[in-house]
Amino acid sequence: MSDNKKWYSLDLGLNNRKESSGSCGCGKSKGSCNSGQKKEEELSADEFYEAAINASIGEERHRDGFEQVFDVKMDRRSAFKKLTASLLIGAGAITTSCSVTAGSDTKEKAQIDWEEQFKGNYKLMTDEEKQATINRLMRSYELRTNKNINMTAENAAEDVLFGYAFNISKCQGYMNCVSACVEENNQDRNSEMQYIRIHEMKDGEGFKFDKADDNYYHEVPAEGHFYMGTQCFHCDNPPCVEVCPVQATWKEEDGLVVIDYDWCVGCRYCMAACPYDGRRFNWSKPEVPENEVNKNQHYLGNRMRKKGVMEKCTFCVQRTRKGKNPACVEACPTGARIFGNLLDPNSTIRWVLENKKVFRLKEDLGTEPKFWYFMD
Amino acid sequence: MGAFKVFRSLVVDSLDTITKGSKKYHLWMGFLTLVMLIGMYCYSIQLEEGLSATGMSDRVSWGLYISNFTFLVGVAAAAVMLVMPTYVLKDIDFKQAVLIGEGLAVAALIMCLAFVVADMGGPSVLWHMIPGIGVFNFPNSMLTWDVIVLNGYLFINISIPFYILFKHYQNKESKKSVYVPGAILSVFWAVGIHLVTAFLYQGLQARPFWNNALLGPRFLASAFAAGPALIILVLAVIRSFTAFKIEDKTIKKIAMIVTVAAQINLIMLVSELFKEFYAPTHHSESAYYLFFGLHGKNALLPWIWTAIPLNVLATVILTFNKFRNNLKVLYFCCFMLFVAIWIEKGFGLIVPGFIPGPYGKIVEYLPTGVEIGVTIGIWAMGAFIFTILAKTAIGIELGELRYKGKKA
Repeated sequence: MSDNKKWYSLDLGLNNRKESSGSCGCGKSKGSCNSGQKKEEELSADEFYEAAINASIGEERHRDGFEQVFDVKMDRRSAFKKLTASLLIGAGAITTSCSVTAGSDTKEKAQIDWEEQFKGNYKLMTDEEKQATINRLMRSYELRTNKNINMTAENAAEDVLFGYAFNISKCQGYMNCVSACVEENNQDRNSEMQYIRIHEMKDGEGFKFDKADDNYYHEVPAEGHFYMGTQCFHCDNPPCVEVCPVQATWKEEDGLVVIDYDWCVGCRYCMAACPYDGRRFNWSKPEVPENEVNKNQHYLGNRMRKKGVMEKCTFCVQRTRKGKNPACVEACPTGARIFGNLLDPNSTIRWVLENKKVFRLKEDLGTEPKFWYFMD
Repeated sequence: MGAFKVFRSLVVDSLDTITKGSKKYHLWMGFLTLVMLIGMYCYSIQLEEGLSATGMSDRVSWGLYISNFTFLVGVAAAAVMLVMPTYVLKDIDFKQAVLIGEGLAVAALIMCLAFVVADMGGPSVLWHMIPGIGVFNFPNSMLTWDVIVLNGYLFINISIPFYILFKHYQNKESKKSVYVPGAILSVFWAVGIHLVTAFLYQGLQARPFWNNALLGPRFLASAFAAGPALIILVLAVIRSFTAFKIEDKTIKKIAMIVTVAAQINLIMLVSELFKEFYAPTHHSESAYYLFFGLHGKNALLPWIWTAIPLNVLATVILTFNKFRNNLKVLYFCCFMLFVAIWIEKGFGLIVPGFIPGPYGKIVEYLPTGVEIGVTIGIWAMGAFIFTILAKTAIGIELGELRYKGKKA
């Protein structure tokens, strides 16, 4: 039973919530539908995680921002070390903020830049600290462009686990999802960054990704072809999260795999670890024309990124946490894309999982994507 | 404290030594400085434009920097092949070579760190990685393991030679009880740095080319061939340019190490090739790309088909005592081996890991001028640091540099 399990499997909480019956909705045979023992194992894994966090970052997890950096007991040597590091980086900010000739706006800007440079990891922030950083970011945007943006730091809701299903029979390759995604998520226009790739495959050859064209420019649907979209699958056991040296990427409570753009150091290890080509890097400074910027933003989602950091699909966290569908789902003219709460037994996504023959890509890697494919 | 006074005098004396030398020495250092400046200029372009100044892309996201990093970890680890016989097995022959080897390890490690920093998208937020003030994802991320082992190894390789030289500088004998435990630790540590670096790649289920149990052992074998090969070349240069005496016996013994390691490396290569090509699967595509090209894309062919013949040829020649004991032939073979492994462990390992991509897409990678400039600059920096370290060490060992304070 669970004891024999040699690999990780996704627990949708189906066992706890479903009215139970012979038919299991999770569409897998890997044993995650075992009850009882499973739960115990889960608990101990949590405990282990807790202990590991305590061991590595200890009390810092409860404090963040300035506190994490400055409000720590330290000996003289480490104090000097930290001071030197801070001075090097902050010297520019100090000169500006202390300058008598600079205007108050410039000073405020310098103050914000300074605080932003030395804030902690978003994952470990308290709600107040999250609010403080988004306030700073909104103010900073206002100071720079004289325009206002609306940014939230909404946390995951309880009893929500987002999942996605893709109907291969319906997709016609129109790519409305791709352009909607780019507009919604403020992706760099110069490099034409796209989170979604639509693969055009030949009928009768099956899923031959290596022979598929994911960059076509012709009228669709093309004769004798079918289409299949990929993006970040928000794995339940994401390899990208494990490898990040600074925990700048993690899985949220509602299953979204997100990145703190300000904490990322740009080593691109996560990119090498992702088996699904789900991650993108800002090779140069991302630019979006001012009139095209989507001003409804989330800290973990579509806020403006900077040069040298990772980014990826967040299932449009800024929309989905407000109860809306991701932009790609809304834009799809064929209804091939289905999104919803896996823990809600009445959701469409659950209906698909329970009534369609669903499958996922590269399941043998044990990543447990929360992104299923199915056909009519 | 007296020790501090001695240290100050040592710094002053070594500054004096490294700024004086023959015309050739000055030319060499001037040349390295020029190359470093060019490298810094290239890096400033990269900082300004972002990593788009390099040839890397979303499809091939690691390139020349990480390739060189991987190779240099091996060079650093190789110092241990000299440490072990000298300090632990008490084989006196190596004593002269070992200080040079450790100096080389220090230079290689500093280059490693420089390559990693050059590859970072946000070098200004690197403090996020410092345990205590940042968040250190230990033990989950192999990269954090690598940070620990590399810095630890750097510390060991600075402190052991420093202790010995510091004692010799004062005309004292270094105490075995002090440095032998450190030396033994560094033996294990050296294996550690290379295995951990291999695990960095080996642990990724997303990249079948790397996700291979032989990767770690093969890293070790190739490192213990390429590293000592470089040490032999360096010793040869030092022998001909300074009064520092290195016996033929020492070089021949290191040559033996190089030979055995190269032979083991070749066996593992054969094993790898057999697995990839006897019954090729979907997972063999990267190897196919590397050796034969895929769908007309074959940018790596010239590289790998330079590396493999050089590797085989050098190993075969070294295997025969008669050739190996001829120093001219030996130096040539070491050079061939060094180049071959640099290609194989660098370009030939990192780039094909990304090709074909997760969905079979083939996008090729070629480094840009900026990238090459930064890379050569970092190599020049390594050579510069090594020259300084070696010149001081040789000065002390030859007795030219001595503490002139009151006699103890």
